[in-house]
Amino acid sequence: MLKRLIYSREGVLSIIVLAMFFGVGVISPDFISLSNSVSIFNDTSILIMLALGQMLVILTRCIDLSVAANVAFTGMFVAMVNQYFPELHMSLLIFLSLFIGALLGAINGLFVWLLKVPSIVITLGTMSIYRGATFLLSDGAWVNSHQMSESFIGLPRYEILSMPVLGWMAVAAIILFFWAMKFSVWGRNFYSAGGNPMAAFYSGVNVGKVQFYAFLVSGTLSGLCGYLWVSRFAVAYVDVANGFELQVIAACVIGGVSIVGGLGTVVGCVIGALFIGVVNNALPIIGVSPFWQMAISGLVIIIAVIANATSGKDKARIILRNPNANDEIRAN
Amino acid sequence: MKNKLITACVLASATLFASGTYAADQVRVALLVKALGIGFFEAAYRGAEEAKKELGDVEIIYTGPTSTTAEGQIEIINSLIAQRVDAIAVSANDADALVPSLKKAQQRGIKVISWDSGVGKEGRQVHLNPSSNSLIGEMNVQLAADAIKAKGKKSGTFAILSATPTSTNQNIWIGEMKKSLSKFPNLKLVDTVYGDDLADKSFREATALIKNHPDLDVIVAPTTVGILAAAQAVSDLGLTGKVYVTGLGLPSELAGHVHSGAIHSFAIWNPIDLGYSATMLAYNLVKGKGTKTEIPMGRMGTLELDKNGDGAMAKPFIYDASNVDEFSSIF
Repeated sequence: MLKRLIYSREGVLSIIVLAMFFGVGVISPDFISLSNSVSIFNDTSILIMLALGQMLVILTRCIDLSVAANVAFTGMFVAMVNQYFPELHMSLLIFLSLFIGALLGAINGLFVWLLKVPSIVITLGTMSIYRGATFLLSDGAWVNSHQMSESFIGLPRYEILSMPVLGWMAVAAIILFFWAMKFSVWGRNFYSAGGNPMAAFYSGVNVGKVQFYAFLVSGTLSGLCGYLWVSRFAVAYVDVANGFELQVIAACVIGGVSIVGGLGTVVGCVIGALFIGVVNNALPIIGVSPFWQMAISGLVIIIAVIANATSGKDKARIILRNPNANDEIRAN
Repeated sequence: MKNKLITACVLASATLFASGTYAADQVRVALLVKALGIGFFEAAYRGAEEAKKELGDVEIIYTGPTSTTAEGQIEIINSLIAQRVDAIAVSANDADALVPSLKKAQQRGIKVISWDSGVGKEGRQVHLNPSSNSLIGEMNVQLAADAIKAKGKKSGTFAILSATPTSTNQNIWIGEMKKSLSKFPNLKLVDTVYGDDLADKSFREATALIKNHPDLDVIVAPTTVGILAAAQAVSDLGLTGKVYVTGLGLPSELAGHVHSGAIHSFAIWNPIDLGYSATMLAYNLVKGKGTKTEIPMGRMGTLELDKNGDGAMAKPFIYDASNVDEFSSIF
């Protein structure tokens, strides 16, 4: 059991993350305190949620580059609704953010499902379109903290058991995904659709539809994160979460989600996101030169991926039979 | 039928010709900003529109990339050259990267000035600084001193939260801040960090500053994204009044944080005036007004140029609880 844990992807990655975490603790003891650990998790919450959505998309052999633009658009949308109708109840705004996000995700999904366009092309396009739409929506103006209602800013900050709601939302998403991917047919279909689309097709799984659902979920989560982002930083503007889609994809890749589809776990994905979260929070504490920061971030990502690739041979998918098998057949 | 077609063709060519001559009368000034959707530049555009009203024969092309990259600006410069504008007034994302394409623009007879964030000397004829760098640097340290005074302390420490480590104007201002420290013997600069003008990274860096320096009095952020993120970080940590945030920002964006007490005071030049002056300068260059040392800029007086072709518009202006609301409706 223990051996299996150590040799699994998630096990190796957890060890790396913990080593980094305590390594920083040697330099700055406060870093590994409980309150700081909670604040790191809270800070990484949005990344975790987006990475879980992205994981579904990558499982089905697609990629969603429009997540950060979706965050920016939905965030701006709900911030402006809040600005003009401050008496609207928060539950309505949350619902609105989920709905707008789902809509943007569905646009990606429909293109992929019905027109069979490569997702990287579609989402590269919608990434620019959604950012552009954010600009058109706001006319370039910012929505600032004093233009947001108290409950709009306060909700993700409200503490339950000394962790903000933002963090609890990530916990809820993790539990929900863990259950769905392990025990529901709907969740298992993502693996089959990406692992072996042909086999999935013959066993009655509509691969295109599964890909559509992946984009729908990714979009919905992006929408929710849109609200959470503008609320947490108490400002909405066009450049919100600029370039964040790359961090989301990096979190998936570090977490062992295979870029060719069909392989990846919720636990790995979460640890991958936490890995980036720990690096992001550790770098300012250690006081690394800003010129080194990017290089170090990139380097640790590559190290993590290499460690991942060399740990735990993937026995789940035999694409080619043992090459020697053919020789045996010939010999007979 | 045939006659009708000929008439239509004649009419069409006549209108084309007419619009062509109409465009030739207009001075076409492209206001190229760091990125679209930044409040500061939107306000500069308002100023450019004011200049247009005053002059009458100007067409303003307000443009910029969607994110603050030099590559995006280079693409736009190339398309502006193709459109044959009369002048380009640029606030650059990179001092050196834009020079080759701006040189090309000048070879095609386009007048080029930079404003706010400059480009290398070969890339432009004039650079308009919103204020002089030394005045801005000193103003930022002055603001830190004021904040420490507001805490009722005689001396104290401050840290700088900047944008990207390669940002032209940020680095010049930080250099000037360090120079003017000799005038403020009771102030100590303890750290300089970079938030890359990203809300999340700036927020994290500001939080780390407070954790790394428990006796920190003031965070100075000479950038609009940074000052907001730092103010929010101070509020979230419940340190309002214990750690003050100051620097450069817009009244409309910071009014809330001034009233909450996270920011005691901050400064900015007037971006409306800046856009106005940049447009006036570009127009006067196209019209051949002004000399190597002086160019008029309408209601903002005359820009005095040094040997590098640099000039300063005015001194930054301090905003605090007493006047922030009056200006927050403007920009």
